[in-house]
Amino acid sequence: MVGSGLNAKGSDSMKEDEAAIQFHEVNFATKELTILKSITGSFVRGGITTLVGPSGAGKSTLFRLCNGLLSASSGGIWIDGIAIDDYEPVQLRREIGIVLQSATMIAGTVRDNLELPRALQGESLTDNEAEEYIKVVGLGKEFLTRNSHDLSGGQKQRVSIARTLVNRPKILLLDEITSSLDRVSTQEIEELIVHINQHYKTTVIWITHHLDQALQIGTYTWVMMDGKLVESGPSNLLRNPENEDVRRFVKGEVE
Amino acid sequence: MSFLTLVIALVFVAIPLVLSKTLNLGLERDTIVATVRSIVQLLAVGYLLQFVFDSESILYIVLMIVLMIGAATENARKKGSSIPGITWKLIVTFLFVQVLTQAILLSLNIIPATAQYIIPISGMVIGNSMVLGILFLNRFTAEVASRHDETELILSLGGTPKQAVHRPLVTSIKASIIPTIEAQKTIGLVQLPGMMSGQIIAGADPVQAVMFQLLILFLLLTTAVITSIMLGYFSYPTLFNNRMQFIKKQHNRGA
Repeated sequence: MVGSGLNAKGSDSMKEDEAAIQFHEVNFATKELTILKSITGSFVRGGITTLVGPSGAGKSTLFRLCNGLLSASSGGIWIDGIAIDDYEPVQLRREIGIVLQSATMIAGTVRDNLELPRALQGESLTDNEAEEYIKVVGLGKEFLTRNSHDLSGGQKQRVSIARTLVNRPKILLLDEITSSLDRVSTQEIEELIVHINQHYKTTVIWITHHLDQALQIGTYTWVMMDGKLVESGPSNLLRNPENEDVRRFVKGEVE
Repeated sequence: MSFLTLVIALVFVAIPLVLSKTLNLGLERDTIVATVRSIVQLLAVGYLLQFVFDSESILYIVLMIVLMIGAATENARKKGSSIPGITWKLIVTFLFVQVLTQAILLSLNIIPATAQYIIPISGMVIGNSMVLGILFLNRFTAEVASRHDETELILSLGGTPKQAVHRPLVTSIKASIIPTIEAQKTIGLVQLPGMMSGQIIAGADPVQAVMFQLLILFLLLTTAVITSIMLGYFSYPTLFNNRMQFIKKQHNRGA
């Protein structure tokens, strides 16, 4: 990575100590294609930032860089002012929780799934803790003994969120977690995330395809297109974008 | 058995040739090639073995075993071409299995230390180790690909690479060993093992032949377990880099 200090982080208007995650000239490329191009910007600590853009814009890849599942090809990423490569991968992934769109469940009960983050550290989850976490995501304690493969899409997504919360992450990355849910479940999850953000002061970054969701939930919004960050700022920017491509995207003219 | 008898036995090659021609199966060419190859290869091995047995030189025994390991590696490595450094991993595995089994056989005086015993038993051990290796590599690469979501989930929650591939690894090890165990359960009920049949036809006492066959079966249990476990533990670390990132298939999961 280039840019080894805080001074090298470009001209973002936000104060550095307000940034949960900062990016400076971040690029990510595979052998075949360039996915992220010169991303420079910040996610505000304690806020909810929504991340929108057409499919293939590089949003999920950006998340995988933040959680350490991938490393940038060049550029710098700082989490709470510390260069991402200075974190031990295990510590980084516990602090930066990611909820993936697939809501993959491991074989076993809901409780087994909730206990997974602890089990990976050789620890266990008490019954009280299990009940507390399942309650946070709006499910009753009777769910704990259910087989995880018998859950509906919405229930899996809730368990997936609760499971990530078990690590008590400082930052929560949500990758299109409501895209396959009905209106009622979506609304309940939105309320849940707002509650987690306010109650636990967890920084939330949320990838969504729904512009109304981005506007309603997000304090800040990033618009990504073709691997670039084209606009960022208060979520209201979506009402009247400056960039012509973003305007077309908001109007639904870009898939 | 004389050469004349062997020539007469070619009638068993003539039957499929005539049938293939009559029914237009188009198998004549392949049948002839297979017959010629088997005659040349087996006679060559027969004369080679006779030479090695007569010479009573340890050097030739070692050379034969090296050749067997080389051929087994060449066959198996294609199946694991996606795993970096698979060639030396296979060589070390085959060598270890061979040294371990021969060390036990010879040190406990189970077999005499002569080429007549060492070479055929080595052939069976290395041959089975190769088949097991191919079974394991086929299954492991398929398991890792099909459980990609689970692997990514465990890594994202702060699990180590070993924890992330635990299930694919254990499943593949078990799956490659089970056929060996299952085959032993029904052995003798349906068909007699080739080695035992050969010994009986050559005039050996059937009980002696059975005892040697049992020795081979026991050996193959050790061969199976050690081959798949060693290959498994050699292979999984190469799927990850030093930042605990999954190297394979990491870029094609949405963007």
